[in-house]
Amino acid sequence: MNGKSEVTEFYSGLYSSNFERITEGSSPYINSFREEAFGNFAKLGVPTRKNESYRYTNLDLFFKHDYKTYFIPDESDFQKAEDFRCDVTDLDAHGVVLLNGFYPTVNGKLRKLPGGITIGSLNEAAKKFPDLIEKHYGKYAGSETDGLVHLNTAMAYDGVFIYVPDGTVLKKPVQVVNLVDSKEDTFNQHRNLIIVGENAEFTLIICDHTLSPKKFLTNAVSEIYVGANSHFDIIRVQNEHNNAAKITHTFIYQEKNSHASSNNITLHGGLVRNSTYHYLGGEGAECNSYGLYLSDKWQHVDNYVNIEHAFPNCTSNQLFKGVLDEMSTGAFNGRIFVSPDAQGTLAYQKNNNILLTDDAKMDTKPQLEIYADDVKCSHGATVGQLDDNALFYMQSRGIDKRQARLMLMFGFAHEVIQNIKVEALRERMDNLVMQRLKGELSRCASCMVKCG
Amino acid sequence: MLIIKDLKASIAGKAILKGISLEVKPGEIHAIMGPNGSGKSTLAAVLAGRDFVEVTEGTVFYHGKDLLGMAPEDRSKEGIFLGFQYPIEIPGVSMVNFMKTAVNEHRKHKGLDPLSASDFLKLMRDKKELVEIDSKLANRSVNEGYSGGEKKKNEIFQMAMLEPKLAILDETDSGLDIDALRIVANGVNKLKRPDNSTIVITHYQRLLDYIIPDVVHVLYDGRIVKTSGKELALELEDKGYDWIKKEVENQD
Repeated sequence: MNGKSEVTEFYSGLYSSNFERITEGSSPYINSFREEAFGNFAKLGVPTRKNESYRYTNLDLFFKHDYKTYFIPDESDFQKAEDFRCDVTDLDAHGVVLLNGFYPTVNGKLRKLPGGITIGSLNEAAKKFPDLIEKHYGKYAGSETDGLVHLNTAMAYDGVFIYVPDGTVLKKPVQVVNLVDSKEDTFNQHRNLIIVGENAEFTLIICDHTLSPKKFLTNAVSEIYVGANSHFDIIRVQNEHNNAAKITHTFIYQEKNSHASSNNITLHGGLVRNSTYHYLGGEGAECNSYGLYLSDKWQHVDNYVNIEHAFPNCTSNQLFKGVLDEMSTGAFNGRIFVSPDAQGTLAYQKNNNILLTDDAKMDTKPQLEIYADDVKCSHGATVGQLDDNALFYMQSRGIDKRQARLMLMFGFAHEVIQNIKVEALRERMDNLVMQRLKGELSRCASCMVKCG
Repeated sequence: MLIIKDLKASIAGKAILKGISLEVKPGEIHAIMGPNGSGKSTLAAVLAGRDFVEVTEGTVFYHGKDLLGMAPEDRSKEGIFLGFQYPIEIPGVSMVNFMKTAVNEHRKHKGLDPLSASDFLKLMRDKKELVEIDSKLANRSVNEGYSGGEKKKNEIFQMAMLEPKLAILDETDSGLDIDALRIVANGVNKLKRPDNSTIVITHYQRLLDYIIPDVVHVLYDGRIVKTSGKELALELEDKGYDWIKKEVENQD
């Protein structure tokens, strides 16, 4: 180790100064991970551009900042969260709100949904369901290179806990709304644990919003376990202001014959980094990893996908698309790892980007590591402009250029949106994407949240 | 309706059209024939407003308006339709959405309200029947994965939807088998009204068995070298283009 950087020192200090507050309220099991995780963080540090998977992303823009608080709320803070209502009125979902990464205390910390499903606070669940926590917590999240995963484990206090028992099919999705709201510049970390048993079906929607115009940094980890023969969908909609950074690490562990799909839709945000890890841990498992990012001004959106084929006859499919305007930048890094035992693997990857200006920039990189023989693998990436021939064709039918551009971009983006199975959300996303492409969606004023 | 005077145009500095004059009156069908490379498609591109063609001289007036000063979308809304030789695929944009937008833009231009969803779908159904197009195509992305014949039929379908005053069909017959050719030609004939005009650009005579022109022009080396009645097309079919080329060379 060649001397901790100033940035890493700052977050180490945050850990030390909050250590007592965090451990005091947490379950012993969650606390048992902290020391080792902190050691790993101290060793790895906040990723720099020397880290291969962060090569195109400058975290310093947000990490090099003196955040005033590490938020641990009291009851009065939750009023706003309680008052929050998602304005997708026809979205029929079980709603949960997290405020700065904490579960509201007002109406009890755990609740039951049909089929014996439990949703609520991870902090509380760790005390009520020690067996489940000990079986799953800390088992899927890990990284040999990314210190931020360890920083989260070291400091994790609360987040959403969901348990879907074997054989439960929940038709209604669960919607988690992450609100970030503070009078001071704030650094947040939350930790989600989602356990889906065997033969179950479950859809999770996560919406990221900022409610006040301060500088925010969120570093979130989600661990998701998908049991054999189960179907699981996660859709993440990111709509934060330009002075907010969102770093997410989502680890999805799949058992045999399970299907999981992840869809990261980034509409707005200063700096966004989504790392999505899919571990295909049983024969016949299948995963889809989708993403859509629309950026402008100085925004930067980075998607890192890591798919590990550990067993034979699994299928993975990646589709990430982006439209980058003005001087915004983006990165995509899709890793496919096929272990020697994973014969019969099918793995596909596609990343297409449209740059609307000469100043916008996109770096895209496939990373294939294949150690089995019987494997079908394909990858393709494009970075280009809107098709002039298509624009002219539309104009020649009476559609003006501006509208034609909009239709082309929308069509391009819709290929990702169409994979959202929840109809009301899909329509809403189509709408938001259209607004975003028209330039009507700017800052948090027009996000789904009615601020004040 | 359309008056072209001494039109000269070049692509990337190379002169392609070298002085074309042509008048199309309401109700007329004109055929423009000629060997490959004679400038037929460039003429169509100029009339539709493609920006890679540079007009260096001459004028084009359409219903008394300076056509060359109009944006491509305005030409369309004023009633000009170009049937593409190679229709463009537009992934992610459905035929329905594409046509709804186009039809309503045309209506807005005429001061009409947009069509209701049900009226629009009825219009689509009627026109699809007219051109014998597979109704499933309408739900797909524009031209994406269509066969060559389907793409050409789709051009005629769009023409039917937009009801142009002047249709310019650029090599609409190329790549069509005889059945598709008949369907395409029938479509054009059914859409014919006494007040609208058509310019058929073609290399071969066979399309003109179905669409009977009033006037046939032969374009060669960027100039109209012969203009005559429909019998000229038959003569070309019989004797090819060589005799025309010789005639032109002898004149020079």
